[in-house]
Amino acid sequence: MAETTAPAAARPARAAALAPRVKAALVLFVLFALVPPVVIALDDPFLILIATRILAYAIAAMALDLILGYGAMVSFGHAAYLGFGTYAVAILSSYGVSDLLLQMLGAILVSALFALVTGAISLRTRGVYFIMITLAFGQMAFFFFISLSAYGGDDGYGLSQRSTLFGSRVLENDVTLYYVTLAVLVGLFALCHRIVGSRFGRVLTGIRENPVRMEAIGFSPFRYQLTAFVISGCMTSVAGVLLANQAEFVSPAFMSWHRSGELIVMVVLGGIGTLTGAIGGAVAALLLEEVLGMMTEHWRLWFGVFLVLMVLFSPRGITGLVAQLRGRDGA
Amino acid sequence: MANLFVLQLLNGVQLGVLLFLIAAGLTLVFGIMDVVNLAHGVLYMVGAYFVATFAALTGSFWWGLLLMLPAAVAVGLILEVVVIRRLYARSHLDQVLATFGLVMIANETVKIVWGVSPLSVPMPEILSGSVPLMGPLQYPVYRIAIIIAGLAVAGGLYLVINHTRIGMLLRAGATNRMMVSALGIDIGKLFAMVFTLGAVLACFAGALVAPILSVDTGMGESVLILTFVVVVIGGIGSIKGAFLGALLVAIVDTLGGVFGPILLREVLDPSAAGQAGRMLAPMLVYILMAAILFARPAGLFGGRA
Repeated sequence: MAETTAPAAARPARAAALAPRVKAALVLFVLFALVPPVVIALDDPFLILIATRILAYAIAAMALDLILGYGAMVSFGHAAYLGFGTYAVAILSSYGVSDLLLQMLGAILVSALFALVTGAISLRTRGVYFIMITLAFGQMAFFFFISLSAYGGDDGYGLSQRSTLFGSRVLENDVTLYYVTLAVLVGLFALCHRIVGSRFGRVLTGIRENPVRMEAIGFSPFRYQLTAFVISGCMTSVAGVLLANQAEFVSPAFMSWHRSGELIVMVVLGGIGTLTGAIGGAVAALLLEEVLGMMTEHWRLWFGVFLVLMVLFSPRGITGLVAQLRGRDGA
Repeated sequence: MANLFVLQLLNGVQLGVLLFLIAAGLTLVFGIMDVVNLAHGVLYMVGAYFVATFAALTGSFWWGLLLMLPAAVAVGLILEVVVIRRLYARSHLDQVLATFGLVMIANETVKIVWGVSPLSVPMPEILSGSVPLMGPLQYPVYRIAIIIAGLAVAGGLYLVINHTRIGMLLRAGATNRMMVSALGIDIGKLFAMVFTLGAVLACFAGALVAPILSVDTGMGESVLILTFVVVVIGGIGSIKGAFLGALLVAIVDTLGGVFGPILLREVLDPSAAGQAGRMLAPMLVYILMAAILFARPAGLFGGRA
């Protein structure tokens, strides 16, 4: 049913554009896989940690793109899920559960519950309301962890060790952690790709284009959007689990609203609604941060200037600019 | 107990009045221009820094407050002309990104110009000290002055919005801005005016609170989110909603922080109650927001969701 109702003009174009996009992602993944040998050759082990951080954020940005790009839901509270992931590591390991997969499961369960409840309330609204409400719920989670004094409150909590994988402590090795993160990224990319191409993904895109029409032909936008919202939140929390292992430290700073904003920036930089773009955007944004950070302590100033200029000097905003570069009419 | 209640209620009203000053501008900008402005909290911070600077230069809080006003008008106008004006026709996503960029720029600029250490503003002589309220209870004069100043501004806004031509345009713009434009009103001018008014109100709130808070770069952030909650609860575009929402949020936030643990102690043992209370108190306003939105997705006085 979704097949026949999707905008006829956009469909073949997207089917054709999908293949190169996947190719681009594969090229990115191969490049990522080559990072550790290069870094070892350069003899700068700190770089591998930076690269792991970038991959973890790439997962989060991709998860956000799933609802931002394909569902037009501007969630400004996604850092909360990063936080659930990081605190799942801290809290579960303090109770002796140090297995990475179990910690991911815990993070996913909490995130699913939070996303289900807050999403159900947020999705009753549109536009500006949705942005502000997701922001407020994100902030609620932020304050919750600030007052969690057992885990350091505002100051955060240092992890005594990284997660274990099937009982072994292989993740203590930075390179192993990097490749595990890469594997998760590749796996989740494949999953997102499947979701986007599925009937569910088509309905979601249809709702983005015209919710009223989708409703008229018998789809409930709310259910599809809420499902996508929950999936996206769960994936983001997986990124949080990896991030906690990368930093070996958790703190509410992972879930501040600035972080949510940065996630949106990553998605938009790479081009929304492409998945591959979100990964590229995460790399670009974090590298820009690192480079600006090396040049000046006031890198945020220049990052902000860059953002404002990009929005102002692209004729229809960044969203329009990206669509233009890709040669199709932006939605 | 009754004393504590009255004291905290007054604190709540004082916070509510401040939140209202900030939320009033924000709700108009949202309602009339349909612009998401994350940089609104920045204006509150800038107001506090202005009054700190001008008060230090002139040696008087009152001169500082007076000089802050034209500076706030200038900041509001410049922001509107340089950035915000170009965002009216853009998607919400573009607005979020651009104003997020502005927040970063403003926070770093403030750090560069004024340094990272917090500033303090001396309290005006005439408003320092406390007055007896009831029984042994004393309340700082300055906080009462904030409440009075805020209520006076709220009253002024009420008169302007309900009994002047400009107010009529504002109300019309919040309801249907296309129609206002079609009727021959210079919508560009109206927008610039609304934004500047909002900027001045937010700066004024920051200036008022400067003597009782430390003035630092983070001060706009927590207030921004609370203000969003106020605007969402009150309904976008509604000044009346912003006023009631601000008082509701502030009183729930203030009383919840104090009485939450006390009430919990009735059902839990003291240490668990303390812990649970500390964790629940900051979440109360968001739970309140969720409950109100669940019943009324457009807020208490919002026309459209």
